[in-house]
Amino acid sequence: MQQNNPNTAEKIDEQAEETAVTESDTPTKTHAIDMSSIIKPGVEAKLADEKVCIEVSNFNLFYSGSQALKDISLTIPEKKVTAFIGPSGCGKSTLLRCFNRMNDLIDGVTIDGTIKLEGNDIFDKSINVADLRRRVGMVFQKPNPFPKSIYENVAYGLRIQGIKDRRTIDTGVERSLRGAALWDEVKDRLDDLAMGLSGGQQQRLVIARAIAIEPEVILLDEPASALDPISTLKIEELIYELKDKYTIVIVTHNMQQAARVSDYTAYMYMGEMIEFNDTSTLFTNPNEKMTEDYITGRYG
Amino acid sequence: MKIQIKNWFDSGKPFVWLNAGAVSVSVVMVVGLIALIAVRGLGHFWPANVAVFDYYSAPDDSPIHLMGEFVDEEKVSRSRAGNPDYEGATIQRNLIKTGNRDISGLDFRWILDAGIKNESFPEDAMIVERREWGNLYGFLVSMDLDGKQFTAGDDLWQKFQQTITDNNEIFDEIRHIEKDLIGGINYEMERLRLKQRGLELREEATLEKIKALDDQRNVLQQEYNSYTGELERLYGILNGSSFIARTAAGKEVKVDFAKIVRAYQPNAMNVFGKMSFYVEKLWEFLSDDPREANTEGGIFPAIFGTVLMVMIMAVMVTPFGVIAAVYLREYATQGPTTRLIRIAVNNLAGVPSVVYGVFGLGFFVYFLGGSIDQLLFPESLPAPTFGTPGLLWASLTLAILTVPVVIVATEEGLSRVPRAIREGSLALGATKAETMWRTVLPMTASAMITGLILAVARAAGEVAPLMLVGVVKLAPSLGLDGNAPFLHLDRKFMHLGFHIYDVGFQSPNVEAARPLVYATAFLLVVLIIILNLTAIRIRNSLREKYRAAEQS
Repeated sequence: MQQNNPNTAEKIDEQAEETAVTESDTPTKTHAIDMSSIIKPGVEAKLADEKVCIEVSNFNLFYSGSQALKDISLTIPEKKVTAFIGPSGCGKSTLLRCFNRMNDLIDGVTIDGTIKLEGNDIFDKSINVADLRRRVGMVFQKPNPFPKSIYENVAYGLRIQGIKDRRTIDTGVERSLRGAALWDEVKDRLDDLAMGLSGGQQQRLVIARAIAIEPEVILLDEPASALDPISTLKIEELIYELKDKYTIVIVTHNMQQAARVSDYTAYMYMGEMIEFNDTSTLFTNPNEKMTEDYITGRYG
Repeated sequence: MKIQIKNWFDSGKPFVWLNAGAVSVSVVMVVGLIALIAVRGLGHFWPANVAVFDYYSAPDDSPIHLMGEFVDEEKVSRSRAGNPDYEGATIQRNLIKTGNRDISGLDFRWILDAGIKNESFPEDAMIVERREWGNLYGFLVSMDLDGKQFTAGDDLWQKFQQTITDNNEIFDEIRHIEKDLIGGINYEMERLRLKQRGLELREEATLEKIKALDDQRNVLQQEYNSYTGELERLYGILNGSSFIARTAAGKEVKVDFAKIVRAYQPNAMNVFGKMSFYVEKLWEFLSDDPREANTEGGIFPAIFGTVLMVMIMAVMVTPFGVIAAVYLREYATQGPTTRLIRIAVNNLAGVPSVVYGVFGLGFFVYFLGGSIDQLLFPESLPAPTFGTPGLLWASLTLAILTVPVVIVATEEGLSRVPRAIREGSLALGATKAETMWRTVLPMTASAMITGLILAVARAAGEVAPLMLVGVVKLAPSLGLDGNAPFLHLDRKFMHLGFHIYDVGFQSPNVEAARPLVYATAFLLVVLIIILNLTAIRIRNSLREKYRAAEQS
């Protein structure tokens, strides 16, 4: 907690290096995978029915020289839940953080390829990053409420947008808390510090905070990994409800969770997209041997 | 046996004892120091009994009659005591305060304990505190009020006290007129003179402008005349009355009431009387101006000067230090340069403070102040306005001295804000500046306040640089008063730390000054302790609020 002279940038560098090390430690086996084989014809047909929200094409990402994402191509459908699964260090969180350009904060990241949000390249120079992040909300692994009241946490994004009218903010806060299924638990103590909530409540508060600014996409980076089973269940129910209104992308270690909440699932390994399929097919009848090994627990 | 000792060492107990011992020694030293200066300093205000006795400097000498308070005693060897004719390998001698400096030339004298005979504590022995010549010790004989004589009688003492109270009221009024009203007129007059001089310098001094100034001057002059009339009347009342006191040696002295602060008979006081007297004296010490080359009276200007200087310093150092720390940690690219700057900042904290004083004198006073005078105050030249040590430069010098503390504390606070919180804010579409302003800086507030108060505590205790850039032994006027622009940054000021040095080492009357040194030191230490405790409290309460966030 109390470090004397570290600077944040260095810490981020370290993390980046850590990731990079895991990538480069294992000798790079070249999986001769034909890109067309990743997205199977069946999925393609199914995806064709969906409206495209995010489109990733031939996307590469390097952490100070070492490659963390390799030639990723992927289509994320609108108002569906898409899950990224894969072993630790496979790049799924990195890919997720590309969608709202959180990786911009890390020194030494270079990218190649395009990511389009509703047809517009998010790495285009004309894109305002703050605007992009307003459209693409994010919830992190550990609940990170601000040290403010519950009310102020949810109102934060609205205030950032310059909304001053008390009534607008009030309704926004209530709507978001209801949307995150937290309203009934906190409506009598909106002025209490958010730190006083339980872990699961905090995570739902963070989700409420994210949906308060009405984004189009919500990115969930292992949202339940730090929570107990009951809280996890509540988050999963919440995801199920939220997908009516938002496009959701979730990174998870927990394959059952992916199977329960998602419509589509992508399996990643060592920075590569091994397989992307609709969830039931991927879990019951995977195309790739590697996917099957992973989901049946024979991975490694 | 050997094995037992080895086991004892291996158990780690010796180190526990060692550490506990070190902590105990530290605590004892701190508490002891504070207790020492508190007892020595605060004891001074307690009214001691006045002894009247005959003193034989040798057994068969003729006695002299003395009267005074016992202040101190010590046992010395015969030779150090001057080989007196009294028995004993060691001789006890006592320090007594006899006052009456105008008669005997000495306030204090050492006398041999064995030479004291016929000691008594008469109830009518009185101590008179005067505005000049120190205390008078003696017996009241008679008073003369505007020609009316009063001699010994039951109500002489009451009448005497009443006269002193009345006279003090008049004296306060005189002081108010002289200092505030006439002081204000003089200040205005000076401004008018400078205005005229400025007009002449710019060659805009037309006749009507000069006339307007003259008119204003005449108004002021009339006001001044009315005040002098009033003053004459008041002085007339004061000087009309005097009293006669008899000293222990039987000499009768005539003293004007105008010179009296208070008179009291400590031997006649009971414990409660003494207590209320003690409180009165303590209050005088805190609230009054110094008298008699700072060895009597109060230290209010020094307290005021210290607090004002420190407040101005805080106003300057906080924004500067916080902004520097935010840039250094949040915006600057981390690398050899920032590392170098950090080392430099930390080293600044280790530079001897007198070096800052020399820097302040050379750069602020002579260079900056000199330039300001040339540009903005040419009319008062060659007399300097800002080109001389003063409040502003002292505050600025101390601000530079303490800025490393604020930078280091703020940086530490910034480093404690977890990345998750920053990312959470950025992910909601906040820009970096918005994140800083709405989330990071509020979370750093406790660290900033801690840094600030540490800086304040450091600045309040600093003396060496101030001697070069603005502190004086006796400042005629405070830095804050009723004359526009109210805050006079160009004035010199008094300071507790310097006051200690001045009273302790530059005073003509060492014995009288010593208790005041302790009392002033105690006040300064208490001030700094209070500041530090405030810092700790504020930090704890703020930290409590953010603890949960910092741990995640």
